[in-house]
Amino acid sequence: MGKNHPNVDAYVVSRVRALESLLLEKGILAPDAVDRVVQQYEQDTGPLLGARAVARAWTDPAYKERLLHDTTGALADFGLKYDALIVVENTPEVHNLVVCTLCSCYPWPVLGLPPTWYKSPAYRSRAVLEPRALLREFGLEIAPEREIRVWDSSAEMRYMVLPMRPPGTEEWSAEQLLPLITRDCLIGVAEPLVPVAAAP
Amino acid sequence: MNGIHDLGGMHGFGPVEREENEPVFHADWERVMVAIQRDTWTRGVFTLDEFRHGIERMAPARYLEATYYERWLEGITRLLLEKGVIAAEELHERETFFAEHSEAPATAPIATPLPPTRPRLPREQISSIRPQTALPRFALGDAVLTRHDAPPGHTRLPRYARGKRGVIARYHGVHVFPDTNAHGLGEQPQPLYSVRFAGEELWGANAEPGQVVYLDLWESYLEPANEQR
Repeated sequence: MGKNHPNVDAYVVSRVRALESLLLEKGILAPDAVDRVVQQYEQDTGPLLGARAVARAWTDPAYKERLLHDTTGALADFGLKYDALIVVENTPEVHNLVVCTLCSCYPWPVLGLPPTWYKSPAYRSRAVLEPRALLREFGLEIAPEREIRVWDSSAEMRYMVLPMRPPGTEEWSAEQLLPLITRDCLIGVAEPLVPVAAAP
Repeated sequence: MNGIHDLGGMHGFGPVEREENEPVFHADWERVMVAIQRDTWTRGVFTLDEFRHGIERMAPARYLEATYYERWLEGITRLLLEKGVIAAEELHERETFFAEHSEAPATAPIATPLPPTRPRLPREQISSIRPQTALPRFALGDAVLTRHDAPPGHTRLPRYARGKRGVIARYHGVHVFPDTNAHGLGEQPQPLYSVRFAGEELWGANAEPGQVVYLDLWESYLEPANEQR
């Protein structure tokens, strides 16, 4: 449902350009605003800050405690001021999944901009209704004895999953673990990538 | 409002379609749209709650057909016109200009030097958290029942969770209240809670086993639950 591709009506482009122009003229849009969006969301393509935090949490038990219980302070270690994040931990008993049914709220500062599927009516409607069936379609089978907790981001608190560390990576450093931590596993629709070989 | 945006629990949308290696933006206008949203909101043209409600007021069929950033465009245009930040005539004139001069830069039709950009709101004002001026009514573990009203305006209690029994799981502090802040009726900050709902409570016999939903809900959405309900 909905369009995922920009085959938009021509008026859309003209209208956006018109708003851009008027808002520049009225001193509401900063002249460098678009460049800064490009810089922040397209050019700074280092690892997601959320992934870096998870990699450190996996290798540093004290940091993991801080990430879970003093998230603002833990994120500040990476130079980020963000006081609205709640980190929810996957365990053998619990799998976590994040959604915003009402609009598409997402933890931009740690995960960047959300993918289109996260914002789709299909995901927004089904994540709270039938998460197990939905995750199966994503290729993730959650054992029946595990509880699935769906976090519907209805206020300004934002949610990120702390996945379980893949087995066989116990000797790995944070830098080695980082590529396993995908955006999708931080939303809860996937597990971290499984290393091809147990040894790095 | 009982609007089209309130999608939680709806049937009929089919599988979640995903684009392989999706780019961050599909078109240049989307980059501009993100910049416009950021600057209008953080420089105080409208609140985040007004922004959301501007989108919620889209005609339902339009809402479902539109792409995500098209919804932003429609919601923001509506607010800018309603608030008199732009006039319909100047928007039309400017649109016509860019329809005829698609390669022109944004500044092309601007005759005068750009004024200084108005300042961003202070961080504390952009954040939704406010000083704790009242004690929270509910404690961790309290059983609560959500209200089952049908407010015509902006609210963040989804239809699927109205009149449902949950348990207070966490206290988030006092936050700006969207139901008033979206309508120019003030921030009216209230205690905000994470509330846990069992799947069976929401979906009855159709709930998947072992499923729980957490929602962040303001105190005025909640009543104490009694033993029966």
